[in-house]
Amino acid sequence: MTPSAITVSGLRKAFKDKSVLDGVDFDVPAGTIFSLLGPNGAGKTTTVNILTTLMKADGGTARVAGHDITADAKAVRAAIGVTGQFAAVDELLTGRENLQLMVDLSRVPAKDGKRVVADLLDRFDLTEAAGKHASTYSGGMRRKLDLAMTLVGNPKIIFLDEPTTGLDPRSRRTMWTIIRELVADGATIFLTTQYLDEADQLADRIAVLDQGRLVAQGTPDQLKRQLPGTHVRLRFTSGAELDAAARIFPDATRDDEALALRVPSDGGTKSLRSLLDRLDEHSLSAEEFSVHTPDLDDVFLALTGHTAEAAK
Amino acid sequence: MSKSHSAVMLRRNVKHLTRNPTSVFNAVLMPVVMMLMFVYMLGDAFSVGVDYVDYATPGMLLMAVCYGLGAVATAVNSDMTKGIINRFKTMDVSGGAVLTGHVIASVLTNLIAIAAVLGVAFALGLSPNASFTDWLGVAGIVLLLSIAAAWFTIALGLFAKSPETAGMAVLPLVMLPFFSSALVPADKMGPGLKQFAEYQPFTSIIETLRGLLAGTPDSTDTITAIAWCVAIAVIGYVWARRSFTKRA
Repeated sequence: MTPSAITVSGLRKAFKDKSVLDGVDFDVPAGTIFSLLGPNGAGKTTTVNILTTLMKADGGTARVAGHDITADAKAVRAAIGVTGQFAAVDELLTGRENLQLMVDLSRVPAKDGKRVVADLLDRFDLTEAAGKHASTYSGGMRRKLDLAMTLVGNPKIIFLDEPTTGLDPRSRRTMWTIIRELVADGATIFLTTQYLDEADQLADRIAVLDQGRLVAQGTPDQLKRQLPGTHVRLRFTSGAELDAAARIFPDATRDDEALALRVPSDGGTKSLRSLLDRLDEHSLSAEEFSVHTPDLDDVFLALTGHTAEAAK
Repeated sequence: MSKSHSAVMLRRNVKHLTRNPTSVFNAVLMPVVMMLMFVYMLGDAFSVGVDYVDYATPGMLLMAVCYGLGAVATAVNSDMTKGIINRFKTMDVSGGAVLTGHVIASVLTNLIAIAAVLGVAFALGLSPNASFTDWLGVAGIVLLLSIAAAWFTIALGLFAKSPETAGMAVLPLVMLPFFSSALVPADKMGPGLKQFAEYQPFTSIIETLRGLLAGTPDSTDTITAIAWCVAIAVIGYVWARRSFTKRA
């Protein structure tokens, strides 16, 4: 068995009388990517804040890198790197100065500082912009600098709180590549995200957080098996048509409000053709036709019976 | 650890001052403008028993401290709300190191503004009768006030929701000198305001400076002024350290 990088048991936290975390348990094996998936307000950032010693839990225990987060906070801090939800870069300093600041505050020996900074700038493609103030950086560049700053001192366990929120698709892909490289180098990643595809792409294990409780945990494949899966959504113009269609697709689920029908399908051309043929046979035509792959909303609908939106 | 976190933090704050000269410029310009407006433009209209520039300079020194505070509160708050303080905390940088950097930067800005105000005051004919020890007293009181105001401002900055509200939160500190004996003696004010002006902390500080510059220091005023400064500094310090530890 691989040793655990993070073990959490019965973690609880409330702000005033509002419970934010209500007994959370999980275990992250060293050298893997663990993703905490959930909508805004589910308690993701609170979990990160507690595990990174920024906040005290009301109950439960957690060990990070083998150290208890309350009894041995200093040892925890020495082992982790944290990238918060907003790019925490100093805008009045240049990219290089930001990294040098981290070197000066870390355990990196002063004589290695210049090399560490140059290597990180190079690795994150920031060498060209290194002399410019961070205030002139694009969102993607800021995020990269932010992550580079976290990596000064080679932390074993890296916390990334929504590292790609607000990034354009290309910067997102770059970030994913970087995260994979970190794990290949032996780091453990604790990642929070609101995007199912991101967790699916990166994580070895996913835990789904909803209103302070974990509603599901497992590998991406295990979780997807619990999902409604790919389906075709047909929208009709009248209730009578919806009724008729529901009769010919008995395994479909209907949404009376939207006059829509969700028909399970693998999304392949063959099954789509047969579906359309059956509609034709009964002289039915749908107003709108779309193939739908599961997203976070479906995960929540399947696991909790309410949508991610409603969880807010 | 060979590298001192406090020194690193201070260097960062000083770098901020040189990178963002408008904040220093504002902190210097406003008190100088006030000085010119009240002394050069309106000064002859006030009758306070002495040359108006001699009367107004102590209050202007106080304003030189206060006008720098808005930028300090905004800077501290943006460190907090943008996650920079959280980053420092997870790197085991102490609150003492982070906050002291801000305090020293604030005091440095104040000293520049004070030097400018004094320069203008002398140009407008300031003629103090202070001895060398009196001048040391002036320097001591101004420094004490500057440190106290910085800690209190930093506490406000850490507490405020956003950089904008942090800037607003120090506004009372900027306004308070107007309701003191800075520009006119408190006993010339209307009822209510007069009592307020007599007992608020800035009046005792201004009266102390006035006494020292005139070469006739008043020990009651001085003790009251020092007590106010120490109280403000302690409240600010305790509040700031608590906010730093608690807020994530």
